[in-house]
Amino acid sequence: MNINRYQRQTVLKDFGPQAQQKLKNSSVLVVGAGGLGIPVLQYLNAMGIGTIGVIEQDDIEITNLQRQVLYTEKDLGRSKIEVVLERLSAQNSNTQFKTFDTFLTKHNALEIISQFDVIVDGSDNFPTRYLINDACVILKKPFVSGAIQGFEGQLSVFNYQGGPTYRCLFPNMPTLEEIPNCNENGVLGVIPGIIGNLQALETVKIISGVGKILNGKLLLFNGLNQSYQTITFSLKPQNTAIKKLLESYGTEVCKVDKNIGIEEFENRLKIQKHVQIIDVRTKEEFENFSLPQLKALNIPLNELKDRTEELDSLNPIYLLCQSGKRSGMAVRILEGINPELELYNILGGVDQFLALQK
Amino acid sequence: MTILLFGVTKDIIGSSTLSMPSSSEFGSKKTKTVKELKEYLSKIYPELKKLSSLAVAVNNSYANDDTIIDNFDEIALIPPVSGG
Repeated sequence: MNINRYQRQTVLKDFGPQAQQKLKNSSVLVVGAGGLGIPVLQYLNAMGIGTIGVIEQDDIEITNLQRQVLYTEKDLGRSKIEVVLERLSAQNSNTQFKTFDTFLTKHNALEIISQFDVIVDGSDNFPTRYLINDACVILKKPFVSGAIQGFEGQLSVFNYQGGPTYRCLFPNMPTLEEIPNCNENGVLGVIPGIIGNLQALETVKIISGVGKILNGKLLLFNGLNQSYQTITFSLKPQNTAIKKLLESYGTEVCKVDKNIGIEEFENRLKIQKHVQIIDVRTKEEFENFSLPQLKALNIPLNELKDRTEELDSLNPIYLLCQSGKRSGMAVRILEGINPELELYNILGGVDQFLALQK
Repeated sequence: MTILLFGVTKDIIGSSTLSMPSSSEFGSKKTKTVKELKEYLSKIYPELKKLSSLAVAVNNSYANDDTIIDNFDEIALIPPVSGG
């Protein structure tokens, strides 16, 4: 390695070669290679972090390009993890990369997070944020959290040296009804760049021991009036007593619209040869009336958790009930159990089928 | 009393700050808590009631429901945001 490479930061009196060596010896996991994750990755990689982990399963879409500035038009349709590895390896050949082509789930979180010194949360949904918090608390790892919406961003370092956690600020996960979902959520392209860079800065400070860490403090950034406000908060001891992950963190329906209408459903049935249709109504309701042409399997909602081995994990699964409400809940339950399942909720349910037949 | 609004609370209330005149129904009471403020605001803006995860800060410190507030305090309503 060219010793001049990091000269512009090792020359800093408060940083020096010692801090540079700490970066080299450290390992950082970045969850999500999106708007926040990309600037974090680019700067940590440039500055000489020894081992960088990336966890991401999405492909590059056209709507990513306005804020995910590592990707180009030529990358559309490629997997993010592949492009990230290609670009970052070219940027710094000294870095060791560990890539995880998956989403973070309750099944893999502890195993993956345990391999790193510091975790950076650049995820785009609450279930992952609470999962990262709980896993980091269990494993006693600090994590640098950034989150954005619209023209605003939030930044904090949680679980640093036994300090306050995400749950000390926001004890419980908001419901889907409370906070606008991802499709409604706009964000100005540069905002994740700002917050992501601040996350990279906090990460480097944690590792090098330089400066004052933003723990027990929430930074609120408002891009419209260039204001930074810092809120202090303290540890609630019960939040560091987490011993195991929750049974389910649920999943936000972000990527694909999981709700489909009857007509769309019938169109898909004509094309898709292998599908599974699960009717989640009670046994009595199902026996009383069902739609024989669908050849649905009846698994009542309250039995769903215990009968997941009957689900077809290789093909789309359509969930059906009387009105579309219970099947919507079924989608959320199953996503929490296995995020790999391709699930759809049939809007309007059996009622809508009957209405259309009339 | 000035109330700073973040995230979805800004959308619900329709501006980024809210000034509470001391002569308002709420302001005329002697002892006020964060809980009472939340209840008062929820009456005017029912959508706020849905925000179970809302954090409230008083003078830049995280506040609990029973934190006492007065007319000179600066309040911030901070919902979690999830975007990345």
